Amino acid sequence: MLRIPCPWCGPRPENEFRYGGQAGLIRPANPAAVSDAGWGGYLYLRANPRGRHVERWRHLHGCGRFFTCVRDTVTDRIASTHKPGEAVP
Amino acid sequence: MTGEATRFSFLSLLRHGAGKTWARQWRDARPKASYDVVIVGAGGHGLATAYYLAKEYGIRDIAVLDKGWLGGGNTGRNTTIIRSNYLRPESAALYEHALTLWENLSRELNYNVMYSARGVLMLAHNHHDVQVFKRHVHANRLQGIDNEWLTPAAAKAFCPPLHIGPDARYPVLGAALQRRGGVARHDAVAWGYARAASAMGVDIIQNCAVTGIVRDVTGAAVGVETTRGPIGAARIGVVAAGHTSVLMAMAGVRMPLESFPLQALVSEPVKPVMPCVVMSNTVHAYISQSDKGELVIGAGTDAYTSYSQAGGLHIACETLEAICEMFPRFRRLRMLRNWGGIVDTTPDRSPIIGLTPVPGLFVNCGWGTGGFKATPGSGHIFAATLALGEPHPIAAPFSLDRFATGRLIDEAAAAAVAH
Repeated sequence: MLRIPCPWCGPRPENEFRYGGQAGLIRPANPAAVSDAGWGGYLYLRANPRGRHVERWRHLHGCGRFFTCVRDTVTDRIASTHKPGEAVP
Repeated sequence: MTGEATRFSFLSLLRHGAGKTWARQWRDARPKASYDVVIVGAGGHGLATAYYLAKEYGIRDIAVLDKGWLGGGNTGRNTTIIRSNYLRPESAALYEHALTLWENLSRELNYNVMYSARGVLMLAHNHHDVQVFKRHVHANRLQGIDNEWLTPAAAKAFCPPLHIGPDARYPVLGAALQRRGGVARHDAVAWGYARAASAMGVDIIQNCAVTGIVRDVTGAAVGVETTRGPIGAARIGVVAAGHTSVLMAMAGVRMPLESFPLQALVSEPVKPVMPCVVMSNTVHAYISQSDKGELVIGAGTDAYTSYSQAGGLHIACETLEAICEMFPRFRRLRMLRNWGGIVDTTPDRSPIIGLTPVPGLFVNCGWGTGGFKATPGSGHIFAATLALGEPHPIAAPFSLDRFATGRLIDEAAAAAVAH
């Protein structure tokens, strides 16, 4: 079980959190103008890197807030967590 | 060099019983400068692909590369369950194709893969489960696939250790049974395909990690860079399970995949007690007994993507709690080992088999949490796809471009869980 540092509540066990997948996915402003491949890409294509991954988590059973987490997917080590709007290094 | 493998028979057993040791069953090859086909990943699917390419299409200039050892990834880490009771017609055709090949595989390979049709029992614990499984039973029967509905008493008769009493935390309201489903020896599947492919001239190259995919001026894939030097290839098939995204990124192709750790564990060995495979989607646990006597238990995936091949302890604990509720007599069994494998899941929980935007580059991936059962069928139709340069009819619906067209094969909704 991971120990995840919530930017508001500090380190808490993983089962208080909900994973939200890759961070920074932006829904096209005008879906009708996007090609099928482009829309499919938004919906389905993911970076899925081996190494540094910038991802969304929510402290569901805590403060309830969303945040961004930088984690290494090989070691599962968390480098940093960030409040929404904060710059991610 | 092509070498005929020893033909296993009663006579060869007798001879070896007299003291002769068995010879190596496949060649641990060194890479040549180039091949007609390079397959990346020497798991069951990759080795089966090489075998059918050599046997059915006469293409024998093949290398199967692996960054580790043969069958050391998910092929050696799964819970060996085989079944074909899928809901969607495309999936049913795919998994039934595999099941039909399983039934004759030991004879085909002259290698005992220990396929045992002991039956797969899928438990219904609530009204929704009952409706969903009955729908599966009816759909399968229309597809010509065996699947039947059992009452709780009939389920208990088929699987005596099952607890169906009214005090059960997860009451059993019935079960779907596929009698032709069962298990096989996972390692033997990799070994059997490796041995048969090697005998036809296929080079199996271990400890050879692919570090790049080489493309010519037209953009076509023409080879791979590896830790053992560059290898040219007229066609490349990526069959790399959890690491597919990483490999395809080397050719600039983004994939609709996420990789998660999936865990399994085995108990200490005990006398025969589980006559079949039991699966419960609702509590997410599946269990069978190996021929060595260990109970083989499958757990769920972690919540987050990872390449750690471990998985959280709480995931395995939740599964064991469910197993002990369904089978109270297993409470005092000790667990011997647990481990994780990295599974590549697609948004619709169906695999991707076919061509890619890069000419010469083919992919077979996305088997998620349930690829072992498909091994022979997957290899068979992927071999056809590689040999002919167009998707085999069974593979066609599983194209990569379904994520642009929207023609998904939604087994995620059909099974509601990992499968």
